Amino acid sequence: MSINFDSALGVHSDALRVHSKRAELLASNLTNADTPNYKARDIDFKDAMKTASSNQSTGIKTTHTNHISTGGGQFTSPDLKYRTIMQDSLDGNTVDEQVEQTQFMENSIKYQASLTFLGSKFKDLLTAVRGD
Amino acid sequence: MSLFNIFDIAGSGMSAQSLRLNTTASNLANVDSVSSSTGETYRARQPVFATVLSNARDGMQEGGVAVNGIVESLAPLRMEHNPSHPMANEDGNIFHSNVDPVTEMANMMSATRSYQNNVEIATTSKQLLLQTLRLGQ
Repeated sequence: MSINFDSALGVHSDALRVHSKRAELLASNLTNADTPNYKARDIDFKDAMKTASSNQSTGIKTTHTNHISTGGGQFTSPDLKYRTIMQDSLDGNTVDEQVEQTQFMENSIKYQASLTFLGSKFKDLLTAVRGD
Repeated sequence: MSLFNIFDIAGSGMSAQSLRLNTTASNLANVDSVSSSTGETYRARQPVFATVLSNARDGMQEGGVAVNGIVESLAPLRMEHNPSHPMANEDGNIFHSNVDPVTEMANMMSATRSYQNNVEIATTSKQLLLQTLRLGQ
């Protein structure tokens, strides 16, 4: 029986990737809070996780050097969705700084949670390797 | 690692907001500037922000902000008849700049908050990356 990293680490490595991508998106929203006509965007975490975990198993194998890799196991971008706004603004910007900031905060906490889970998984593996 | 892109995004936001702060400072400094002709009078300046898409290749299209240019306010200049003023023209008129101090102060507050937001984002991302580096220890 071999230890497979993908199965040992479970869903957390995918979650980490999705969270880091979402952090980037939310940072982009916050940075463009004063840009006219900018529309705030976000990803649906559930969809993104589905995409991320399905990519892992369905990545097309390259059997020849001329084959183009489809990036199997890599995180491909999920569909971006536009944020529904609560208040219109005159310049067409849909960034609500309060919403984006709380989402960014929540996302970073979840990122840290995934990190903690991953860390304990590695500790488990280490315990298994040492056997003491 | 996409968390590294956040530094570029937040950095572009910080430089854009500091440029906005710069124009605000320039506007406020020239709030009482006068001249003898409409062509020479100081007009309030505002930067124009636009999104730059840094990563359009993979379809995510998250991006920072860039300053597309600086526009001068088209608000009418205030003319004052003051023949004793050293800058008065042959008709005895001087022209005041069209800077609105209230707008500029509001602009300044908005720019400051946005700058702080960007710093906060960069700090949070730094912490996340450092924790990622310590993973498994």
